[in-house]
Amino acid sequence: MIREFSSVDLIFIAMAIRWTLILSIIAFVGGAAGGLVLALSRTSHSRALRLVSMSFIQVFQGTPLLMQLFLVYFGLAVLGLPIDPLVAAAVALTLHASAFLGEIWRGAIQAVPQGQSEAATALALSYRDRMRHVVLPQAMRVATAPTVGFLVQLIKGTSLASIIGFTELTRAGQIVNNATFQPFLVFGTVAALYFILCWPLSLLARRMEARMRLAITR
Amino acid sequence: MYRFNFQPVFDNLDMLAYGAWLTIQLSFTAMAIGLVVSILGAVAKTSGIRPLRWIVDVYVEVIRNTPFLIQIFFIFFGLPAFGISMSPNTAALVALVVNVGAYGTEIIRAGIESIPQGQIEAGRALALTPTQIFRHVVLKPALRNIYPSLTSQFIYLMLTSSVVSVISANDLAAAGADLNARTFASFEIYLVLTIMYFLLALGFSTLFGTLRRVFFNYPAGR
Repeated sequence: MIREFSSVDLIFIAMAIRWTLILSIIAFVGGAAGGLVLALSRTSHSRALRLVSMSFIQVFQGTPLLMQLFLVYFGLAVLGLPIDPLVAAAVALTLHASAFLGEIWRGAIQAVPQGQSEAATALALSYRDRMRHVVLPQAMRVATAPTVGFLVQLIKGTSLASIIGFTELTRAGQIVNNATFQPFLVFGTVAALYFILCWPLSLLARRMEARMRLAITR
Repeated sequence: MYRFNFQPVFDNLDMLAYGAWLTIQLSFTAMAIGLVVSILGAVAKTSGIRPLRWIVDVYVEVIRNTPFLIQIFFIFFGLPAFGISMSPNTAALVALVVNVGAYGTEIIRAGIESIPQGQIEAGRALALTPTQIFRHVVLKPALRNIYPSLTSQFIYLMLTSSVVSVISANDLAAAGADLNARTFASFEIYLVLTIMYFLLALGFSTLFGTLRRVFFNYPAGR
């Protein structure tokens, strides 16, 4: 039965935002951990670590997120695990975010002048202390703006989880559209909700970038 | 224990290869039209005509802050309400053009703004003709500045284009989905598909890198 697009549908769609947010947060937290490991491996002295982390980043940046989602989703069966859209989406988005954050943070670490690291070594700081107290705090300043920018990409990316059947914002929109057949209204609403999530982050990233550029030219 | 079955993939490699060809065609067409949109957008944004700038600003911000999947749903399912119906393939192309146009507008605007006013004045002081100034002082350095962003945008477009398979437009991902529906060798199919996309991306980034060394092999301006 086709019914009218009502406030119930609007609430159903709006409530689905929480799954978009949960997925984004899982992927961001997981991606931050993975990204840090990748960034440190990329800048380490070990050739093998550099090679492995670089391949990981190249593969995940050189293939569509949709394929990554499908591979993890159907890969669960290969591993003998029950197929679950939430698990698959969380794992795939985490790997995806790791690669992108790893590359962003590698750049940030390399932007810290070599002399800083050498001075820390001269002061007999261990690798751990050097990274924790000297390099990473400075790299963080460079990395913040592009990291916030990537968060927008990640939130938009969660929409693809709808294709493997996970009910987040986009899938909720499809479900309502199938019942009401008001695609213009439904997808307009969904688009507006994504925009409300993403736009403030975009503005924040841009403002931080501008401030950063000022700090550098000064 | 899972038993791999790559036979359906090997039996249908020609079908997947044709899908890859469709993806290349779709990406190039979308990029070509998208570049026209981008140039118009960038010119409008830097023109100083307020209303024009606002319209382009809204376009760029809306597209960059909403998922491509929603954009394609909106164009394919939403627009027919206004009597604008398109075939899946046309809708896919339109969605990609609209999407890449927004990102391209920003890239080209940055390219235009990357030429310091002083350079143009210096060109005038050297008695270069306006055509010479445009070609050597503005266009060549601007092109070199935006080339890396444009080519990575193209590769990103090619990877994003896999999403058009959801409205059953024809591309590599759709060929894979088709094969999956017939043979159910899901993991194997998507593994090969992923490798194919990776090879496409790798091939194009190598090609663009070579072209960059051939065409932009002159000293940097700044």
